[in-house]
Formats: sequence, structure tokens, C-alpha cells
Amino acid sequence: MKKNVLGLLLTVLLTGAAQAETVFVTLEKDNALAVVDPIIGKLINTVEIGQRPRGIAISPDNKFLYVATSDDNTIKIIDADTLKEVGRLPSGKDPETFALNPAGDRLYVSNEDDRLVTVIDIAKKKVIKQIKVGVEPEGIAASPNNLWVVSASETTNMVHWVDVKTQTIVENTLVDPRPRALSFTADSQQLWVTSEMAGTLMILDVKTKQIVKTIKFDVQGVTADKIQPVGVVIDKDRKRGYVALGPANRVAVINAQTFEVEKYLLVGQRVWNLAFSPDQKRLYTTNGTSNDISLIDLETQTVTKSVGVGTYPWGVAVKP
Amino acid sequence: MRSINLLVQKTFKFLFIIHLVSVSMAYAGAKQTINIAYLTQEQKVPPPLSNLDTFIKDKGVLGAGLAIDDNNTTGQFTGQQFVLKKFIVPLDGNVVDAFNKDIGDQYPYVVVNLPADAINKVADLPAAKQKLLFDVATVDDALRNEQCRANVRHILPSRAMRADALAQYMMKKRWNKWFLVIGATEEDRLFADALRRAAKRFGMKIVEEKTWEHTYDARRTAQSDVAVFTQVDDYDVLVVADEQGRFGEYLEYRTWNARPVIGTQGLTATAWHRTHEQWGAVQIQNRFKEQSGRWMEEADYAAYLAVRAIGEAATRTKSNDLNRLKDYMLSDAFALQGYKGNPLSFRSWDGQLRQPILLAAARSMVAVAPIEGFLHPKTELDTLGYDQPESTCKWSK
Repeated sequence: MKKNVLGLLLTVLLTGAAQAETVFVTLEKDNALAVVDPIIGKLINTVEIGQRPRGIAISPDNKFLYVATSDDNTIKIIDADTLKEVGRLPSGKDPETFALNPAGDRLYVSNEDDRLVTVIDIAKKKVIKQIKVGVEPEGIAASPNNLWVVSASETTNMVHWVDVKTQTIVENTLVDPRPRALSFTADSQQLWVTSEMAGTLMILDVKTKQIVKTIKFDVQGVTADKIQPVGVVIDKDRKRGYVALGPANRVAVINAQTFEVEKYLLVGQRVWNLAFSPDQKRLYTTNGTSNDISLIDLETQTVTKSVGVGTYPWGVAVKP
Repeated sequence: MRSINLLVQKTFKFLFIIHLVSVSMAYAGAKQTINIAYLTQEQKVPPPLSNLDTFIKDKGVLGAGLAIDDNNTTGQFTGQQFVLKKFIVPLDGNVVDAFNKDIGDQYPYVVVNLPADAINKVADLPAAKQKLLFDVATVDDALRNEQCRANVRHILPSRAMRADALAQYMMKKRWNKWFLVIGATEEDRLFADALRRAAKRFGMKIVEEKTWEHTYDARRTAQSDVAVFTQVDDYDVLVVADEQGRFGEYLEYRTWNARPVIGTQGLTATAWHRTHEQWGAVQIQNRFKEQSGRWMEEADYAAYLAVRAIGEAATRTKSNDLNRLKDYMLSDAFALQGYKGNPLSFRSWDGQLRQPILLAAARSMVAVAPIEGFLHPKTELDTLGYDQPESTCKWSK
């Protein structure tokens, strides 16, 4: 027994010396958080976290995890090392998705049923403001240059541009039906928005707030209604973007310069959310109905492994 | 803790109101108004079959109410205001008079929650010519075929669409031999026709067909009667047509042979069901329940979609003009989010809303039609009901 632990510790230390990182996955139906070592490709721990955990993010200093435990009506602050709860944020009812600002001191939460975006001061654990948005706000993103927070409402079919300074909506862009997730490019010049119902990815120019390009996904052998784009991430050099296609069980690889779809990678079932490894050499996906995560090697553009994590993996965050 | 929560909630509400006021003021000058009428007639309370399901008087109208709120939330950002005016004709009133008198030129869009025999009486009025009517109540295929009208859109799936959805599922399960049991009403006969059409389309066989006669013989109980009634040649599945629910619930677990029941009872085909949670449906179920204090019924869903269709067309065209909205709704660009995965749209040949159909048991969502594998050159949704080549509707849009 002791030997085993020592052996494991040794492996962790050895591999850790090269590239240690930890992947955290919220398990919606297990009320738990899965902890995965993606280098050895193993589930190393599962901890109870609260009722119906969904959205997850890590603080810029990597010390804290924020986890929306929807049925507890709160966002929990979790120590990223001990995985113990250290506080709760007043998220409003049924929190699902949220965004951290670049400084990591503000949290923007979508309150789907109340048509609101709640702005929280993390240090004070206080609501600073509530911004009225469209029907069923879901996807939300903060621009890396800290000028914009954008909220997508699924039933209003709009993205709402919130000016961070004034905390008010200054513009609305009509987009394809049921916009789900959105992500800024690292240079804050583009906003990428997915539409679940149209099966599209829209690229918006941040200056004009208009759609400059719409990419329609088309996977051979998969009917159009199964192509439901959700999570979207773009690498920091804006070379490639990646979109999770839900029940199409694929991740689309998009050339972020030409906007061509280069490849569809087959992953687990109902792939929903995505996260890069800190060095952006790997991509991790949560696959809701196959109860696993896929590990993608981005240099070779191949899926290298799937790791079973628990029931309904939803969100994913990575700690270096 | 609770009192703090309450305080926080109150503060939110207060902030919310302030915000509403400021938003409406911001757009006060530039509003475009879209006037929608909702027309219905009070219904006689039917005899209760079971104490489990109480009669719901306001089916439909609460769905329209939720949709108007959704439209206006969007309208805040686009400078459009949607107004819903309800006209509820009393039991002994006359809908035609009400339509002529109350729904004047002011309302180009009318959501109509009336029985099948009344819809065309209204649609054919001179006052209705320059209007678009949204039928949120009927399921009659005749109204979508030979009796179709250019100024009417049908939101609920027709009987043929429902029967096709059921047939696809039975085909997938290889329940090929049907025992068709039909009630005594005209509606039941129409649904039986739709089932026969579906059986033919999907190569299923109706091996036995019987009509359920209602008798008042005290010696006959559901327990004994159904067992005797269902002693027929072997079959895979009992398919029942009983739209009013007058006997269908008695069939399950009482048949002579152990066979599943499907149709208007048992596994049913419906536009909406309380067990439906996928594709964001749980959100609208919650929002509706919070607003109305009860589950969303099919008629509520239909009225919701009708008002949302108007909203979606007005938002995308930035217009309130009847002809522009009408054209847009029939165009390929129109895509209505209906919480059922596929975007919903109108069939250009008969004004029927194209949509997935839920196959639901009382407490479980069993499948969603079109069932995987049923293919169509344009959209799989058109494997349900009357496709363009089969349609006998003749109106030029």
C-alpha cells in the first residue's frame, strides 16, 4: 500500500516536473467535481461539491475555483489545492454560466429565468449591479482588454454589449437563433458566437459589433439537427478556433485566419464545453452523455484519449 | 439568512422596476407597435373522467401572455412594442359578431383559439381579409387541405402528423400489426382515418379494427369489458383513437393479451408535454409555471409559438407591416425557436407549422419524431403529415 502511494507520488512528481496540470470537471448529475491528470490520462479524485454543478472557472492566480452549483442557487469559491469550500457568492437563482473579468475581481453571472446579468464583487462577495438583458441569457464573456462584457440571450436571439465602465448595455446585435456560447479572441478584436439552432458560428467585429462571417457546420453522415454548436475557444495567436458541436459528437477545427473548417474531430457524446491546457497544446472537452472527457493533442490534431469522469460532465477548467 | 435573502430579493425587484422605467423612457419616442388580438370563446365544462385532471379554463391565453413578455423584452432593444388584447366571447355569445365588432382594423394579427367548425367562419369574413390568423386549437387535416385559407396559419400538428409520428415509432419498434380501437365521436373517426393513412404510408398492418360502444349496462365494468373486447386475433400493439379521453385510459393493463397501448392514450403524440426537458425546454416549463401556477398545456404552447412567430418576424424584418411579416414567415429565412431542437417554420403549401412531435407517456418522454432514419430530401420534419406533393390546399400565398 505504502509502496503504491509512493510510486504514484513519484510518477506525479516525475511527470509533474515536465508538465503538471490538473483538469477540473463539474459533474451535473453526480453533484461532484472530477479531478483529472491529463498527462497520465487518469481520473485521480472525485469530490462532492454541491447540487447540480455546472459552470466552472479558475481565478487568474490559479488559487480558487468558482463553481456554479445551480440547485444551491450559489457560486461556490473552492480552494484549488485543498478543494474545500472557502466561500459563496450571491449569484441569484439557478446560476449556470458566468464569466470572470481579466483582473479576476468581478464575476458576471447569467440569471436565465430572471433575464438578468448579475455583477458580483468577488472580494466583498456582494452584488454590485444587475443588468436587464433578453430572454434566457446564457453564454457570457468578458473581453481580455476589459472593455466589454457580452451576454447572449437564447430566446431573444441577441448578444448584448455591456460597457464595463458604465455597466450598461450600449449595443445589441441580432444573431442566429439560440446563441449559446461566446468567446473573445485574445486581441479583443473579434467575438465568436455559436448558434445552437442554426448550426452556425458567427464572427463579430468588436469595433462595428456586426457579424462579419457566418460559418455553417456540415458533418458528413450527421443530420443537420444534430449539429448544435455550443462551447467555443480560440487560441491566443488566433490561428485556430475550436467549436463543440453537441450531439454531433464532434469538435470543429476552424482556421481563424481564413475561417475554413479544417477538420471535425470525433469525441464523446454531446460534447459541450472546451478548455485549453495552459500551454495550449491540448484541448479538453466535456462529453455530457458518454460521461467522459476527451483529450485532444492540438499539434497532431488527434483525440488521444477519453477519460471516464462521472455522470453528465458539464464544465471544465484547467490549473497549471 | 432568510431575511437577508428576502431583503436582497426586494432590492433586486426595486432595481428591476427602476430599470424598466428607464428602458421604456429611452424608447418612448421611437416605438413601433405591433397589435395582436387573441380571440377565444368560453367552453362548457366537460364531464370529469377522473379527479386527477381538473378542467383548465384558460388553456392557451397564458401561453400568449408569456410570449408577449418575451417579445417585449426583445422589443426593448429594438424599439418595438407588442400589445396583446384578449377577446373572450361568452358561452352564449357569437364569435363572428365579436370579430366584426371588436377586432376592427386595429389588429392585423389574430391568435384564434376556436373549435374546428368556427375557424373558417371567422377567416372568411371580409374583416379578416387583411389579417393573418393563427389557429392554435384545431388538428383537422381538412382545414390544412381542401378547406385551407390563405390568411390562416396552423400551429398545432395535424392528426396526420401525429399519426405519422406514432407510426414511425411503431415501425422502429417493429410493432407492425395494429389493433385499431376507435371511439364513437366524429373526431375519433378522423383520427382513425389519419392512423389508417399512416399505416399505409409506413407499411404497417391493421389486423383488427373495433369501435368502442358506450353502454350503460351495469353488469359490464371496465375490468371485464376490456378483456372481452380485446379478445381478437394476435396483434403487436393496440392503437386507440379517443380524443376526448372517454374510455382510452381503461385499456392499458386490461387487455386480454399483454400488449402496449398507443395513440390518444398510453404513448401519445403531442406538440408539448410536461415531461419534455431537452433543448432548453426546462427553462420555458419553469417560466410558464412561475407565471401561471400550472403546467404548460399544448394549447398554451401553441399560443406561445403564434405570438413568438409574430415577434420573431417583426424583430428580423424590423417592421410591423402585415405583408412583410407574412412573406418573411413563409420564407426560408424564418426559423422559430420552439424548444424542440430543430428550428420551426411554416410549410409554404398549407400554412402548417413544421415541428418535431413528442411521443410521451404520462411520466416519461419516450421519443421525439421524426424518428432517426426516416429521411426526406428537404427536411426530415416533412416526413410528418401532408407533404407538398400530397397536399390538396390551393391558395397562392
